[in-house]
Amino acid sequence: MVEFALPKNSKITGGKTWPKPAGATELREFKVYRWNPDDGKNPSVDTYYVDTNDCGPMVLDGLIWIKNHIDPSLTFRRSCREGVCGSCAMNIDGQNTLACTKSMHDVKDGAVKINPLPHQPVVKDLVPDLTNFYAQYASVEPWLKTTSPTPQKEWRQSHEDREKLDGLYECILCACCSTSCPSYWWNSDRYLGPAALLQANRWVSDSRDEATGERLDNLEDPFRLYRCHTIMNCAKACPKGLNPAEAIAELKLKLVERQI
Amino acid sequence: MALSILHRATGLALYVGTLLLVWWLVAAASGPAAYAHVQAFSGSIIGRLIVFGYTWALMHHMLSGIRHFVWDLGYGFKANEREALTWGALIGGIALTLLIWIIAYANGGGR
Repeated sequence: MVEFALPKNSKITGGKTWPKPAGATELREFKVYRWNPDDGKNPSVDTYYVDTNDCGPMVLDGLIWIKNHIDPSLTFRRSCREGVCGSCAMNIDGQNTLACTKSMHDVKDGAVKINPLPHQPVVKDLVPDLTNFYAQYASVEPWLKTTSPTPQKEWRQSHEDREKLDGLYECILCACCSTSCPSYWWNSDRYLGPAALLQANRWVSDSRDEATGERLDNLEDPFRLYRCHTIMNCAKACPKGLNPAEAIAELKLKLVERQI
Repeated sequence: MALSILHRATGLALYVGTLLLVWWLVAAASGPAAYAHVQAFSGSIIGRLIVFGYTWALMHHMLSGIRHFVWDLGYGFKANEREALTWGALIGGIALTLLIWIIAYANGGGR
């Protein structure tokens, strides 16, 4: 359903400004979305000041610094801190990206504004509930499906066929693309979204997979695939430089091609 | 995203513009008096602004539609190509609109 405004209990009201750290010479202002499921209040935006001389350059470094030095209750996901795991995906300065690979110095003018990934239920602070997103990933059955007898060794693939998976296999499922997509915001109950569709194309494109037809059948649906209107936010958002919009266009082409 | 919204908005405007076109055709079919009435409206400042807007909506929607067609064929997805197509549709739509109106006026359409 199309929604232009936040529901009442999601409207942002007020927020606390935390004191500046004593003795710091270079400060960077962080404005961070806060919401606690236990206090019954609306979300707010807290202001923190980070001592950039005592902290790494990335936005994630800033968040960890805040958690260690100012406010241990600040909640966010992070793990690898080098753009491999996809845990720290969040909306920074209006763009969905990974906090660990986004330099706070690349955020121009004023405060570093941080929100959770858009249009997902919030668990706490910057932690979104991605249950639906993962279920959609599972629905494309992201594993090799075959009917031929299993070979003695591995399933062989030519270099050329392997190259067809470039730009698809690198996805880390951070959800930056899907949660940047207006179609996904409004139809995520039925539309699979760019991330799951890129993965669908990864398996459709795999020369070793023998369920291509079945996979395409599953996508031939006005909502699951065709809610993509080539808005291109996904391609713009992807922190790994992948192009879900192109992967979706390839899927649409494959669906047409098999009818000719 | 802004151009995607604009594509839809111009598409919506074309529905309204088509109603005006129907009004014009129906008037032309029903007789000189009705036709003169429509001509008077579309010749007024407001009428001309509406027709100008309709021309732009049509041209922009057409070029933007071609842009989507290119994407549906699987081309133009690289960041620079994407930007070029998008700006091309926006600037091209304005340019074509101005061109049509300049030609129309040059041929005595403004009288």
